[in-house]
Amino acid sequence: MTTTISPPRSPNPPVPSAATPTPTRSGLDARGILASEWTKLRSVRSTWWTLVSTLGMMAGFSALLSAAFVSRYDHLDAFEKATFDPTLHSLRGMYLAQLAIGVLGVLVISNEYTTGMIRNSFMAVPQRPAVLAAKAAVFGAIAFVVSEIASFAAFFIGQAILSQKHVQASIGDPGVLRAVIGAGVYLTGVGLLGLGLGALLRRTAGAIASLFGLVLVFPVLAEALPSPWNRNVSKVLPGGAGQAFAQVRRTSDALSPWTGLALFVGYIAVTAIAAVIFVNRRDA
Amino acid sequence: MIEARNLTKRYGPVVAVDDLTFDVLPGVVTGFLGPNGAGKSTTMRMILGLDAPSSGTVTVDGRPYRTMLRPLHHVGALLEARGIHPGRSARNYLLCLAQANAIPEARVDEALDMVGLTAVARKRAGGYSLGMNQRLGIAAALLGDPDVLLLDEPVNGLDPEGIIWIRTLLRGLAAEGRTVLLSSHLMTEMALTADRLIVIGRGRLIADTTVDEFILRSSGNRVRVRSPEVGRLRAALEPEAEAVETRDDGALIVTGLDCPEVATLAAAAGVPVHELVAETASLEQAYLELTQDSVDYRPDQSGYPISANADAA
Ligand SMILES: Nc1ncnc2c1ncn2[C@@H]1O[C@H](COP(=O)(O)OP(=O)(O)O)[C@@H](O)[C@H]1O
Ligand SMILES: [Mg+2]
Repeated sequence: MTTTISPPRSPNPPVPSAATPTPTRSGLDARGILASEWTKLRSVRSTWWTLVSTLGMMAGFSALLSAAFVSRYDHLDAFEKATFDPTLHSLRGMYLAQLAIGVLGVLVISNEYTTGMIRNSFMAVPQRPAVLAAKAAVFGAIAFVVSEIASFAAFFIGQAILSQKHVQASIGDPGVLRAVIGAGVYLTGVGLLGLGLGALLRRTAGAIASLFGLVLVFPVLAEALPSPWNRNVSKVLPGGAGQAFAQVRRTSDALSPWTGLALFVGYIAVTAIAAVIFVNRRDA
Repeated sequence: MIEARNLTKRYGPVVAVDDLTFDVLPGVVTGFLGPNGAGKSTTMRMILGLDAPSSGTVTVDGRPYRTMLRPLHHVGALLEARGIHPGRSARNYLLCLAQANAIPEARVDEALDMVGLTAVARKRAGGYSLGMNQRLGIAAALLGDPDVLLLDEPVNGLDPEGIIWIRTLLRGLAAEGRTVLLSSHLMTEMALTADRLIVIGRGRLIADTTVDEFILRSSGNRVRVRSPEVGRLRAALEPEAEAVETRDDGALIVTGLDCPEVATLAAAAGVPVHELVAETASLEQAYLELTQDSVDYRPDQSGYPISANADAA
């Protein structure tokens, strides 16, 4: 048996033409990396359906719950009427909307791990913390804008319905503007927590389950603790802390708005730092 | 130029890459050959700064990959797990890579054109065939017009036309003085595309040589000779040859002598020769000979998948 080794050589292979010269500037190109993350975010459908869900749940539940309240109003006792918080009532959709924005936060990074895209991302930008920072910045900005729109929409829709019984709040009332903005901040924060968990766990299902556990299941479990632990634990969990910032009336078992916000930001910061350290150290 | 020095990677008890030292030189296509599980993909991921070596170092043009800024201008790679989100279009996939490296958008369209994906550039990648995905991966590798190219099993999934296309492309790129490292577990592919070979088995270096030398060095080089006087010919050759076998059809198979030597010995003995043919070992034979002791059976024992992919991450 004989083998020919010399290959058929073509004189004119399709060779790439000159691209840009290698940039000579030193340092990271933050704008380029941000633009890249924005392209990634906008170019998959899950971004749009999770954002639309966030808007829909906030606005939809506000309308639903407010209408329900209005129809029940005449049967309520004096105590219920006195403690009614119309702002919080119109923002209750955030318990569900947090799941949609949280899922998006997880997907922004877990999608990259499950498809293997993360390797291409880190091949393009080996400075991994920069990739994560750009992701957090781009996702955080979009999540904030959409969450605030959702939150304000929910507030105004809810108040318009509640005004039938003249129990509506006005955006100028003390604490109301902060609470409405706060609901958007809370949603953004849950999204960022999702991003951090996604980076730590790399799997979509695992990260979503952890996030839901953290904001939905833990508070319920905490309620089952013996008193006074049930209240004290629940209010310092990420959900309790973040939601404290979205309340006009401080209930006895909640942190003050600003303490809540500080603690909530603390949770996000710790998750983010852990995520950066993990992603930077581990094999991609 | 890629320089690996004592490169080692352990995944728990599995030694995927074991003390590899080699250079990949510019101007030629270097084949990176080894059976499945030999450690080719792992080595490539270490070159690209994706997996950290357990020990040893690897640099591209003298620099560890993770210290490079906008490396796509310098290094292009096609990985085993192609990493394309099924919901994202080819154009957006290339665009996000381009933007991160300050590569102009026009170059994205150029790259799409080069691999023949312009018509489907805005369609979701989930609908692409294996071959189209492969072409997209190659477009990504070429995006920054890099002078170092790494391709992990690039012909997988390509049709014959595509295989010829990529072969020609890679040879052309090497001829321009670029460094091209091409992995495969298929020897035939290497014979046609590569000039040099780095052969590994079970993570260890088996050979670092040219393709020609690789075949020459293998023990499979034999001479087939026929004569009406087989017995006398045999007697003349046996003292000089390593081995002489008689085939069923009467031909003698001589090991350890080349054609001129056989001819000279036959002439000296006055034996007529009717046929004299060099039987060159194929690259396949040479490869099998070299790697038969190092074929990786560890996957069966350790429960690890044979090839590392996204699931192993
Ligand atoms: N991430 C990983 N975790 C555990 N084992 C791995 C991982 N990646 C590769 N391996 C193991 O390392 C060995 C080499 O794999 P690989 O580099 O994919 O070989 P090749 O590309 O030559 O087929 C195999 O035994 C494989 O199972
Ligand atoms: Mg492989």
